[in-house]
Amino acid sequence: MTDLSAGAASGQTPRSLTQTDARTKKRNAAEKRFRAYGMAAIAAGMFFLVVLLGSIVTNGVTAFQQTFLQVPVYLDPEKLDKTGNRDPEEMKKVSTFGYKPLVEDAVFAAVQAAGIETAFEDAGDMDALFSASAAAQLRDRVLANPDLVGETVTFKILASSRVDGYLKDRVTRDSVARDKNIDAAHLDLVDGMRDASLVTKSFNWDFITGSDASESRPEQAGMGVAMLGSFYMMLVVLGLALPIGVAASIYLEEFAPKNRFTDLIEVNISNLAAVPSIVFGILGLAVFIQFVELPQSAPIVGGLVLTLMTLPTIIIATRASLQSVPPSIRDAALGVGASKMQSVFHHVLPLAMPGILTGTIIGLAQALGETAPLLLIGMVGYIATNYPDNIASGFFDPNSAMPAQIYEWAKRADPAYYERAWGGIIILLVFLFAMNAIAIILRRRFERRW
Amino acid sequence: MPAFWIVLIVLGIAVAGFVLGRSRALNAVIGDRRDLHSLPNYYGWNAALKGVVPALGLLAIWLILQPMLIERAVTGLVSEQAIAEERDLGLVLADVRRVAAGLDAAVAQGLLSGDAARDLSTASDDIRATLATAGVALGSDVQPAVLAAAQRFRVLSGQAGLVMVALVLAISAGGTLYGLREVRPDFRARNVVEQGIRAILIGAACIAILTTVGIVLSLVFNTIEFFRLYPAADFFFSTTWSPSFGGGSELGILPLLWGTLYISLIALLVAVPIGLFAAVYLSEYATKRVRSVAKPAIEILAGIPTIVYGLFALLTVGPLLMKVFGDDGLGWMQAGTAVMTAGLVMGIMLIPFVSSLSDDIINAVPQALRDGSYGLGATQSETIRQVILPAALPGIVGAILLAASRAIGETMIVVLGAGAAARMELNPFEAMTTVTAKIVSQLTGDADFASPEALVAFALGMTLFVITLGLNVLALYIVRKYREQYE
Repeated sequence: MTDLSAGAASGQTPRSLTQTDARTKKRNAAEKRFRAYGMAAIAAGMFFLVVLLGSIVTNGVTAFQQTFLQVPVYLDPEKLDKTGNRDPEEMKKVSTFGYKPLVEDAVFAAVQAAGIETAFEDAGDMDALFSASAAAQLRDRVLANPDLVGETVTFKILASSRVDGYLKDRVTRDSVARDKNIDAAHLDLVDGMRDASLVTKSFNWDFITGSDASESRPEQAGMGVAMLGSFYMMLVVLGLALPIGVAASIYLEEFAPKNRFTDLIEVNISNLAAVPSIVFGILGLAVFIQFVELPQSAPIVGGLVLTLMTLPTIIIATRASLQSVPPSIRDAALGVGASKMQSVFHHVLPLAMPGILTGTIIGLAQALGETAPLLLIGMVGYIATNYPDNIASGFFDPNSAMPAQIYEWAKRADPAYYERAWGGIIILLVFLFAMNAIAIILRRRFERRW
Repeated sequence: MPAFWIVLIVLGIAVAGFVLGRSRALNAVIGDRRDLHSLPNYYGWNAALKGVVPALGLLAIWLILQPMLIERAVTGLVSEQAIAEERDLGLVLADVRRVAAGLDAAVAQGLLSGDAARDLSTASDDIRATLATAGVALGSDVQPAVLAAAQRFRVLSGQAGLVMVALVLAISAGGTLYGLREVRPDFRARNVVEQGIRAILIGAACIAILTTVGIVLSLVFNTIEFFRLYPAADFFFSTTWSPSFGGGSELGILPLLWGTLYISLIALLVAVPIGLFAAVYLSEYATKRVRSVAKPAIEILAGIPTIVYGLFALLTVGPLLMKVFGDDGLGWMQAGTAVMTAGLVMGIMLIPFVSSLSDDIINAVPQALRDGSYGLGATQSETIRQVILPAALPGIVGAILLAASRAIGETMIVVLGAGAAARMELNPFEAMTTVTAKIVSQLTGDADFASPEALVAFALGMTLFVITLGLNVLALYIVRKYREQYE
């Protein structure tokens, strides 16, 4: 530290105290610097947060918009229903290949009718404009409503991912030069169609409710099935982790004698909280899939693994919540003749419930975003195209989960899938945000200060 | 789903037991409940618990053990064939299971009668075609031994299933009846029930131990299996990692450890200064308003799932670094995935981890120390550097060690952001890989689980487990040993 005597001893003339000497200036400058470091650190943290959220939103929000070609399609009875009795069973014989020419012709006719100049002279060249699944979607529409056959109906035909990307500025003329799926002439055509409002963008419900699609059809891929997979996993986690976690906490907090066995449990719980999540994946693979032989990729296995991962979180939150209930409550219950068990279950537990629920929701939110263990139990690489048929198949049939689906998309080669991955992250974060908000509201609303 | 129905029936029996037990208790004292030792509900609970707990326990154990025991029983039928074809026994057993499942499906769909399924022979019937119509596709034609084993498998599982249903229901009913017989006015039902609940609570608490045991066993057994196929010395000391599923792999852990430690080091170089200064500022300088905004904002970073950081590394940070350090810029970087990419993003992830732990620790330093320092004329920053940080040092070191253990065990960021090449180099702009990333890549392929290339993942997992556990224990030890005791 500083002292005036040191200055005096070295023979300097003592100056007025109101005037800052060089050393004090230096110290004050150091103080300012230190403070600036702190502020810079906070600013850096905030900056990273903003950049992270910003890049999620800017990259992902376009996934919620999808390009459609709005053209009238003539549903030719000659091709779709030769017998003419509009029997859906018979019409099923016409495969999607039968519908594809209709779409091609319709797009071509619309282009001609709108008077857009194009070098293409063949309806088959329109292929690159719409999705490979457009014909299948048209077929589903027709089979659901056979009376449409013979009429000219305006359909919203799913545009191909290149066209979609072009309208979203992802695909440029430079990138198209190396692309064998589409060429610059198509993009000129799209410009013309946009001016004639044959191409429109609208909100992409299919991205939220739809299923995953194969590698070549990013425009069709959606999160819906993966969301269901996550939902079933969360049901397992909630159904197992909450009761087990609460029971374990009650024992440790209220009943356990102080002995080596209790210590062992405590050490185990605190260690499990710090075990890397991938190790839980190895556990799931070795125990639940190899040893117990549960099906791979099934939400039940994912749920079990995530349960084990979430338990420490729930136990720690529940114990904190039980601890915060004052001993006078227990004493009063015991005093009027309740047994120890009754005092806990009738009085302490209900009072601790808001805290327990808050901890559980936060644990669930953690589990919802966890990816690494799901990779090992095979929830990645599985293309989730089918909704589960019923509740049992929801648990036991292979499915994906939201974070696993995002990872799967991020790994695919087509950049159109990156947009989907960012969009998936937005959906995931909306869920996490909602869960945390519920937890905070619960805590604010019910937390008691004793 | 027979197990589901059994559970429902058992629960039904328990409900009946509860109602009967309660009414029996009330009848025993002719409605005057003062003569009962416990509240009437406890007599009901006694009967219900005795009906449910042993029965469901047996059901769970049975469901786990049955496939293993039956498999052992049919192994004898196919082991010769497996040796003859030089195939792994596990694969043949998988065939057996698939054929058995196919037969079950065929019977369920009415393609085969139960007797026909039992009497099928490979000579006279085209089983593959039959099963294909039932929706079970087989890779090759069914061998006679496999079919015999599958039929035996079906018979045994059918019998075992029947025995299980009978036994579980009998135990459930028996337990309930026993509980009902116990009902007498002087029967201490509450004590018995509370003992039972206590046992359930202890059982729940033991799940933590079971999980640890499960982790250790699944790692240890497979690691031993791995070292039987691959020399341990090569694993620990070889500097080459080049798995090839055709055989002749070199599986040295050193390049992976190097990548892991390098990435973790960069992550800590980012996270520790920022996290620490943020904690100091928040706890010592910030006004209440700033604190109430900045602290939750930084903690949002902790709530974001790691897959998001992974994608951020792959698609945002990687390309950004490429612009500066790539061929168009300084020319140090070949691809967006690199040690620096993963390290930076992991550092961002760890900032809230370091800052909130340090914040707690700094707040725990008593105000008297600060006041004493100010009283001697120290400025605020001198107080922090010379009084508060030394006092909080053990806790901060503990926090940094915990963050390091987090960094070493982190998977998604390195899988997406660090690249796949296992190498030991100093340039942080090169792609390297880590232990966790290789665990994922070795276990998500189509590799046979018995090959060293897949089993090595367990040895890697074991190493990871030991390292992170060691760091955690060390962190706890430092905190406990060097903690300043105030008061």
